Amino acid sequence: MKVLVTGASGMLGRAVARGVLAAGHDVRTFQRGASGVAGATDARGSITDAGAVALATDGVDAVVHLAAKVSFAGAPEDFRAVNVEGTRSLLSAAREAGVSRFVMVSSPSVAHAGLSIVGDDALPADPLRARGEYARTKAAAELLALDADQPGFAVVAVRPHIVWGPGDTQLIERVVERARRRRLPILGGGLALIDTTYVDNAASALLAALERADRVHGEAFVVSNGEPRTVAELLAGICRAAGAPAPAWSVPAAVAREAGGLIERFWAVRPGQDEPPMTRFLAEQLSTSHWYDQRRTRQALDWRPSVSLDEGLQRLAEWYAMAPGDRLS
Amino acid sequence: MGRQRWREPASLPGVHQAAGSTGSATDDFPGLDARWSRLVTAPDHSGTPRTWHLLDNLSLLTEAGLEPTGTILCVHGNPTWSYLWRSVVAAATDAALAGASRADAAEPPSAPVWRVIAVDQLEMGFSERSGHDRGLPARIADLGALTDALGLAGPVITLGHDWGGVVSLGWAVDHPELLAGVMMLNTAVHQPEHEPLPAALRLVLKRSLLVASTVRTTAFLDTTLAIAHPALEPRVRQAFRAPYRSARRREGIGAFVADIPVDASHPSFAELTRVSSAVARLDVPALMLWGPRDPIFSDRYLGDLIARLPHADVTRFEDAGHLVGEDVAVAPMILAWLAARFGNAKAAPAPAAGIPDESQPAPAPEFRPLWATLDEHAADRGAVVVEMAPRGARRGSGIRSVSWSLLKRRVDELAAGLTAAGVERGDRVSLLVPPGADLTAVLYACLRIGAIVVVADAGLGITGLGRAVRGARPDHVIGIETALAAARVLGWPGQRISTRTFSAPLAAALGVSHSLAGVARLGRAAIADGGGPRVAASVDTAAADPAVDPDATAAILFTSGSTGPAKGVVYTHRQLAALVTLLRDRFGIAAGTGLVAGFAPFALLGPALGATSVTPDMDVTAPRTLTARAIAEAAAAVDAIVVFASPAALVNVCATATAAAKADALTVVERNALARVKTLLSAGAPLPVPLLEEVALLMPAASIHTPYGMTEGLLMTDITLDEIVRRAEQVKAHPGQADTRQPGGVCVGLPVAGVQVLLSALDERGAATGPLSAAPGVTGEIVVSAPHLKDHYDQLWLTDRAATAGTPSEDAWLAGSGSGAEAATGRWHRTGDVGHLDAEGRLWIEGRLPHVITTAAGILTPVGPEQTVEALPGVRRAAFVGIGPRGTQQVVAVIETSTASSRRGRVTLAEPSLAGAVRRASGVDVAAVLVVGDLPTDIRHNSKIDRLGLASWAAGVLGGGRRSKP
Repeated sequence: MKVLVTGASGMLGRAVARGVLAAGHDVRTFQRGASGVAGATDARGSITDAGAVALATDGVDAVVHLAAKVSFAGAPEDFRAVNVEGTRSLLSAAREAGVSRFVMVSSPSVAHAGLSIVGDDALPADPLRARGEYARTKAAAELLALDADQPGFAVVAVRPHIVWGPGDTQLIERVVERARRRRLPILGGGLALIDTTYVDNAASALLAALERADRVHGEAFVVSNGEPRTVAELLAGICRAAGAPAPAWSVPAAVAREAGGLIERFWAVRPGQDEPPMTRFLAEQLSTSHWYDQRRTRQALDWRPSVSLDEGLQRLAEWYAMAPGDRLS
Repeated sequence: MGRQRWREPASLPGVHQAAGSTGSATDDFPGLDARWSRLVTAPDHSGTPRTWHLLDNLSLLTEAGLEPTGTILCVHGNPTWSYLWRSVVAAATDAALAGASRADAAEPPSAPVWRVIAVDQLEMGFSERSGHDRGLPARIADLGALTDALGLAGPVITLGHDWGGVVSLGWAVDHPELLAGVMMLNTAVHQPEHEPLPAALRLVLKRSLLVASTVRTTAFLDTTLAIAHPALEPRVRQAFRAPYRSARRREGIGAFVADIPVDASHPSFAELTRVSSAVARLDVPALMLWGPRDPIFSDRYLGDLIARLPHADVTRFEDAGHLVGEDVAVAPMILAWLAARFGNAKAAPAPAAGIPDESQPAPAPEFRPLWATLDEHAADRGAVVVEMAPRGARRGSGIRSVSWSLLKRRVDELAAGLTAAGVERGDRVSLLVPPGADLTAVLYACLRIGAIVVVADAGLGITGLGRAVRGARPDHVIGIETALAAARVLGWPGQRISTRTFSAPLAAALGVSHSLAGVARLGRAAIADGGGPRVAASVDTAAADPAVDPDATAAILFTSGSTGPAKGVVYTHRQLAALVTLLRDRFGIAAGTGLVAGFAPFALLGPALGATSVTPDMDVTAPRTLTARAIAEAAAAVDAIVVFASPAALVNVCATATAAAKADALTVVERNALARVKTLLSAGAPLPVPLLEEVALLMPAASIHTPYGMTEGLLMTDITLDEIVRRAEQVKAHPGQADTRQPGGVCVGLPVAGVQVLLSALDERGAATGPLSAAPGVTGEIVVSAPHLKDHYDQLWLTDRAATAGTPSEDAWLAGSGSGAEAATGRWHRTGDVGHLDAEGRLWIEGRLPHVITTAAGILTPVGPEQTVEALPGVRRAAFVGIGPRGTQQVVAVIETSTASSRRGRVTLAEPSLAGAVRRASGVDVAAVLVVGDLPTDIRHNSKIDRLGLASWAAGVLGGGRRSKP
């Protein structure tokens, strides 16, 4: 198969592109810069550029769509342009190009209205009730994609839950950097139970979805390690692996959510260099439990995570132990 | 002007049906299918044609090509209508249609097809308002005229509620040729002449109030509908009110209330008497489903019905009330009962089905009445009961010793006296007396005259005790002052007899008719007159004593489960006698053996065992009050060689022994007394080995037994400390052997004589669905059989069925009493405990069935991992619980550390090193390791952790909730 991987410059995108290559397929990547994936062909461009998208999809059999604007803050129209309109344009181009499999990389936050999730399976995406611009636009995009599922065009939505690993700039870098500045609070005692996904597991699940798309299309699957841990234990584990001090101060969850809301609004008016240290979305994510029922996912995708949480943390520690120049990502 | 005209409800059942509409009525009548609703014109008892409204599923059955195997005839009470039976119609119809769709051409439908007819009585519901007052004779005849007009053929099973119960039972006794069974929910067929009517009813019956409350206003209707537990949904309440919206339409309600025959002068009294007498002659299967929280049809009416239909299957739903059919999902239970009683699928079960061939029941030991030993010792001046701190006596006033001859005389006197005081064979006598000489004497006296003793553990607390006493409907209550005061205040039933002699005003205030001393006096007089009961002459041939049938109920024991109200466990004389034989043989108790009785249930058996039992200075109902010194003093007093104690008591004994040793406070005499103990029995929750080893230091010569048992079967398996240690060493020595790779747990040893232990394997949802098996290494629910196992639960027919489901007892029950099936297979009981057998047949306990954790990777039982974690340094106690939906639960370990006092109560996350150690030791993917100051324990068993409560707490904390303490 010739497979297009969008957003292959990110940690997960790169891992997926490598995984698809290793499985014996041809890989074309699509993002603004170089993917850095040996063996793949880079088709560079923006997902918001319909012409570039059409070129990228030309001649491929399958698409794994990861390209998205991932952020805790920012202007709603930016999220919409990339996440919703970009997906719409890619879907249409893919159908034009005769693509038969489309793996939509989504997020469990598309169905998360801010309440605890305790052993639920994937609920329908809900653009109205999802929290934050990222989740709202991803929800709309997932609905678009699943709506496009039809005979000859098999669409599967996969929602990896909190992906992390060496070289992760979304979660790990933020946590470690804030911990080093001693600005990482533990919310509500840090006892909320949260499942995460080590990057290699997310990549192998996406590959599994690609390979089984003909049998499981039209559905959404949450993917995780299936090893929920308390927030405090997770953050401490990450800090330990990175050699950073463990978070020591605690903020009541309700206060953090309120403060997050204030900061979020403040930041929207005066964008700074950095993202806000706390958003309402992040506060909710870190103070309510969310872990999932993985039975349907594992059965349908015929997939199991191959890297345990402990092993993932071990690999993270080894990565941080290397000199920055030697770190491959 | 301004008065609203009565409007018929928009979608009156039957009328709509006639108009050809289908299904539209469901909006106004939730749960009711308009296709059931029909209007029928039939003559009433006087021959005048009247229009009846009824629910009838016949047309649906016919459409599906089904022929009814029988009819359920449902009669509502006042002020309801056939809507009350909607769930029964629905469930029966669904079951019949499902059965029909399952059956293929080769096989006839397996499920019986029940036609359900639920009538609206005339003047009620949507039936005709004729304006006539219809008394009970008319109503019974009206119903007969209707079933004649319908051409109803048998078999018919009646189902009635409230005063509809009387009408349906009246129909039942008048149609023996059609009748196959009777079912009733809260009803009554008899008003005892000298007993007052229920207060709620007295109020309504006051002439001035009657019309106002029942007809002119909707007060009676509203009150009845308001007492549902939980409250009715508004739409359902509206549906019940629908036919009664105007005063004219409510006239029937008032007439119905006025028809309650309050005394012999009432026109319906003779008919009620006719029905109630005839009901007592019914021998068809009977089912009673009862909600005791009923201001009108209280438990006393249930008792009356049970007396008339002693073969009835009865279930009381503790939390349900008058509208029991609304409070509890009765329809599936009714269908299950019908299937069990009338289904033909399992009509001829093979006896002992599912039981491995090698495990047939041991022959029951020969019956020897519990008082036989007492009779043999009639002339023995030696002590039989010794109380270290007699109740009522001043503290430190010395011990009280009762000799065999004195106890024998006392028992005879009380037996004769109780008979004189009106206690009859089969009467229930609630004993609210703490263990000691008084309780022992009155217990044996009751047993001897065939009265049923009801013993409730004071540890249940006043509320639990009250429920137990009320639910057991004792005819007599014998109690200490506080118990009788509670009986008076809380309105517990029964004649009251006090242990002490009260002053006349106090006795009158508490409604006490006799004191035990008075009863004994009565007995002495009776014996002196030669009119005393047979007991005086029965010294030699106890087995031939005509007074007591070995298979009659002897006792009902109430102890609480970990959840829900206490269940009454029923034992016959033969079953208790088997327990005595077992204890005697197992623990080598011979005549004159000194026995320290620190465990309530066994304390009472001393005289039957022939032992001299001593009650230590403790509150037997509060095990933590037993000290090392108390046990030593008690042992010294009778040269005890056997000690029975509860685990919680032993925990305290060890704690106080250490303290005592430091203070050098145990005297040489006390130490020597403990050194003479040969057998120690710790009955209850298993204790950790280190604690047992401490006990062993106190009683160096004792063989320490930790048997496994429950209220339903007090001694099932047994193991000694030596053996536990040997097993542990074996496991350590051969860690790789297949035999030792077990699911873990606490080894409770081999089944004792006469006991069979089998397992019903758990499925992936944690349900015990497997067939009974003795295969080693398979985790399942523990199912036991023994001659000394309980007979059944009191008034908990459904619980009985659940506790014997899938066992030969179920087959024996289905085959019918008298089939001899039970004799061939023994009685069986599902314990609710989970465990496995090892290759040598030893039983290992892994936890309680509701505590089984169901992860996506499979089931996990808590005890095994808890034990490995408790062996870690710094861990005092551990509990493993599951949170989240069944089948995909996450495992949480909650730890009590030995140093957790600093942050008492507040939950913290375990340090990484401890969390890692817990995960490594248990080999389980533990999502979170929480540390708390104190693990919650089941109030009744100081050493059992309340895992269910803990699981729901952990789910809250880990869901981002408050960091409360468990």
